[in-house]
Amino acid sequence: MANTPSHPFYLQHHFSDAQQQKDSAKFGMWIFLLTEILLFGGLFCAYAVFRAWNHEMFYNAHLALDRVLGTINTFILITSSLTMALAIRGLQVNKARQAALYLGATLVFAAIFLVIKYFEYEHKIHLGQLPGKYYTYTGVAGTNPHIFFSIYFVMTGLHGLHIVGGMIVIAMMLVNTLRGKYSNEYYTPVELIGLYWHLVDLIWIYLFPFLYLIG
Amino acid sequence: MNAALEQSYLKNPKGLTSWLFTRDHKRIGLMYLYAIMFFFFLGGVFALLIRLELLSPGKTIMSADQYNQAFTLHGAIMIFLFIIPAIPAALGNFILPLLIGARDVAFPKLNLASFYIYVAGALFAIYSIITGAVDTGWTFYTPYSTESTTSVISMTFAVFILGFSSIFTGLNFIVTIHKLRAPGLTWFKQPLFVWGLYATAIIQVLATPVLSITLVLLILERVFGIGIFDPAMGGDPVLYQHFFWFYSHPAVYIMILPGMGIISETITVFSRKKIFGYNAIAFSSLAIAFVSFLVWGHHMFTSGQSEIAAMIFSFLTFLVGIPSGIKTFNWLATLYKGQISFEAPMIYTLSFLFLFTIGGLTGIFLGALALNVHLHDTYFVVAHFHYVMMGGTVMAFLAGLHYWWPKIFGRLYNETAAKIGAILVFVGFNMTFFSQFILGSQGMPRRYYNYLDQFQPLHAFSSFGSFVLGIGFFVMLVYLVHSLFKGKTPGYNPWGGLTLEWTVPSPPPPHNFDKIPEITHGPYDYDKILVKRN
Amino acid sequence: MTPDTTGTLFLPPQSSTLAGEVDALFNFVLYVSIVFFLIIVLGSAYFALRYRKRRTEQLDTAPSHSAALELAWTIIPVILVFTTFFWGFKVYLKMHIVPKDAIEVKVTAQKWFWSFDYTKENVNSVNELVVPVNKPVQLTMSSTDVIHSFYVPGFRIKMDVLPNRYTVTWFEASNPGSYDLFCSEYCGSGHSEMIGKVRAVSDRDYKEWLDSVGLGGEEIPLIELGAKAYSAKACNTCHSIDGRPGIGPSFKGHFGSQQKMADGTTVTVDENYVRESILNPNAKVVQGYQSVMPSYQGLLKGREIDALIEYIKSLQE
Repeated sequence: MANTPSHPFYLQHHFSDAQQQKDSAKFGMWIFLLTEILLFGGLFCAYAVFRAWNHEMFYNAHLALDRVLGTINTFILITSSLTMALAIRGLQVNKARQAALYLGATLVFAAIFLVIKYFEYEHKIHLGQLPGKYYTYTGVAGTNPHIFFSIYFVMTGLHGLHIVGGMIVIAMMLVNTLRGKYSNEYYTPVELIGLYWHLVDLIWIYLFPFLYLIG
Repeated sequence: MNAALEQSYLKNPKGLTSWLFTRDHKRIGLMYLYAIMFFFFLGGVFALLIRLELLSPGKTIMSADQYNQAFTLHGAIMIFLFIIPAIPAALGNFILPLLIGARDVAFPKLNLASFYIYVAGALFAIYSIITGAVDTGWTFYTPYSTESTTSVISMTFAVFILGFSSIFTGLNFIVTIHKLRAPGLTWFKQPLFVWGLYATAIIQVLATPVLSITLVLLILERVFGIGIFDPAMGGDPVLYQHFFWFYSHPAVYIMILPGMGIISETITVFSRKKIFGYNAIAFSSLAIAFVSFLVWGHHMFTSGQSEIAAMIFSFLTFLVGIPSGIKTFNWLATLYKGQISFEAPMIYTLSFLFLFTIGGLTGIFLGALALNVHLHDTYFVVAHFHYVMMGGTVMAFLAGLHYWWPKIFGRLYNETAAKIGAILVFVGFNMTFFSQFILGSQGMPRRYYNYLDQFQPLHAFSSFGSFVLGIGFFVMLVYLVHSLFKGKTPGYNPWGGLTLEWTVPSPPPPHNFDKIPEITHGPYDYDKILVKRN
Repeated sequence: MTPDTTGTLFLPPQSSTLAGEVDALFNFVLYVSIVFFLIIVLGSAYFALRYRKRRTEQLDTAPSHSAALELAWTIIPVILVFTTFFWGFKVYLKMHIVPKDAIEVKVTAQKWFWSFDYTKENVNSVNELVVPVNKPVQLTMSSTDVIHSFYVPGFRIKMDVLPNRYTVTWFEASNPGSYDLFCSEYCGSGHSEMIGKVRAVSDRDYKEWLDSVGLGGEEIPLIELGAKAYSAKACNTCHSIDGRPGIGPSFKGHFGSQQKMADGTTVTVDENYVRESILNPNAKVVQGYQSVMPSYQGLLKGREIDALIEYIKSLQE
């Protein structure tokens, strides 16, 4: 097996063939995604616990979030997931230019998401709807409304960091695609970041109703 | 000189950068080994300082605040920088690919990254020690940890970083075991150490992220006062304990499961026996990993949690005891009608059997609700987890280290010195910690700088024991270092093992196997094959 | 069951009604453990010696699997641990169900002392809980700072004391005597000094104590009263009287001295400074010490503050 005749540039020495390498990489990525779910899982637990204790306050506080902007952002992220999938499709049919275009579109959507998020944050900072001891807003009835905003900022903030991280990697993939490094024979890295991007999207799809819709 | 050594991974390629940027699992394992040994030494120094302080009541050598920092650092260093990475990241990294007939782990670059993440975490920890050392206990309980004026942030951040190192190692091992086994090596022909590492890796991957997010919240609590854990702001300190133990109880099994794996290897090799009940041992590892996620609440029986919660956690805790008991009986039965020899690895293996039995049985006391109320947060708990962690994991680590030492370094250590060291460690350990069972059940609370006079004799005895223990480790340091320079050269298979690592030169060549082997026999087929030592 | 008043190698004397039940379970687990320990250790020692290596090696002929044996060492431990589980849970429930006629005491834990409020009797004491024997006592506990834990080994009870909620435990002392009370949840510099006493006395002595508490009333001289308050109100946990610095400055030679404060100002230790330091301790903290002292507002009566000031005054070099 060590003497496999065709030895493509991307095949590392300790794998016996490209299929084994690809399977391993994908399996590894799924495990990594599992750790991400558990990371956010801790925060969802904190959310559930405090919501159960201060149901009223959570309801009142969630009204302060902007549902319209939240909905727009949800659609933007779902669309970016679509363009990400289309980029992978582009590589599968060996159309690298098309793939690059879709990767670019994914980056643009991600950026729009962050800009909208920025305006939401800006507005809250202005009103003093801030986490913990920085909370100065008085318009939310109920005990300890700062807890809601702590959870809101930590959850959306951590999610935002994941968006930024994803954007950096997608940008690297974009450069590599333009350089012709990927083809229908080898595009594992793009496929992996695609999986990651869908997960980040999925987490938002849970964050949005919990924080914006039901409180 | 020595042909195997010259052609081995140790000398090829040469140069410092070839080590720093290596992707060879053996070199990464070795760098981990040096790092964890350093922290084992550092943590040990803190342990001896603690015991010296407790030699007599009141001030012996340090102030109350210094004492609080010493036990915090002892715990944090030993747990996060030594015992969690000790077996998987150091020995496991080195041996796992060899055991399954692979040239490397699945993701060599990630493996190297995990080492450097460990180093970064270690540097933060050292920074924290230098800039004022935490005094919160290694558990960082809120609200104490949010109020303490010591450098809590840098230490928790260090632990946060170390978590990623652990996750990446676990991820790498799971994929490696699934995808890179040599042809013919079916799941049930795997050496049991591989099963141990596999169960460990699952816990590392599933539990560590929860610790990460908990520490992020703790850091945010200190920096921004977000109020989640702060009772003064409507937060809940007990929620922190739930989060913390959701990781930290499974983490106990991150520490012990690979140790159990090593024992399954050494006990068969040194008694020339097929392991008794292979399937039972393999499945009990997975059972332990699974149940370990459901027992975290047993650290909180006196925290005011509801009686129903306490009942469920107590029940599940007893459930986790069963597979450990099954393993112990299987090891015992493996000795039956064996051909037992007593080299250093076997002495550590028998020590493990003795000490881990005590550690496990005293767990029964702590799992029983009514007894836990009396024993919780006393020296009984301290003694119990040292019997499990040190009497269990560290003894298994030492068994593994002595067992694979010739393979790793291509040198044999002095057997007589090794036996003396092993016996000193065994005696010193029992003196130090058995006395603490009595202290604890008599009511001596843990983390006490000062104590009432009635506890003095046992404390003094324990301290003397710790010095014996320290001498044992010093003897070990001397003969191991000596072996690196003057040790005799072993052949491929000095102990007569049947697993794949003994089919390659000692030390192995950079790519492990010239040709990926085909596996035809089981790992412990001493009933079919008469192995020669060389 | 008559309480065991001497104790064993492992356990201190039994001093509450539940201690005997806890100890019975402890001893059950202990004996079962010893049996298992001997099986494993003597078994492995016997095998190790009996089957030590002979000159010529042979193929392994022993069985490597036995369904009967493996079932046996699964089922027997299962039965034993579940017996332990039910037993433990049963006694635990008893620890958690407070008898109806219990005397109620409110316990407040803070760094680093215990204070006890007898709400009905309108009496307060520090670091000394006095109770009548053979009467159940209910403790409703909370903390003003970090987590502490109320632990009396002689009674086999322990319960965490939390800052954001009340926890409850109870006991019934079975013999008169004085028992150690420990804080068993790590709480900082003075953790190991956070030790009190539970004094179980006869009914008559208990009533007498309730009437006399307040350290001896109006008759005794101020300095003497101050000396009593110094230990009764746990000043001694942090302030020595022999000049050794503790968690706080020593009282010896303190009065009348010039002290540099943490904020850089200098203060003369006079009556007003001592009074302020008792009631609002963190207003002016001596340099080199942490601001960790809790306020004694409400814990000392007017004459006791005066007494402490006089006592500190008396501790000159």
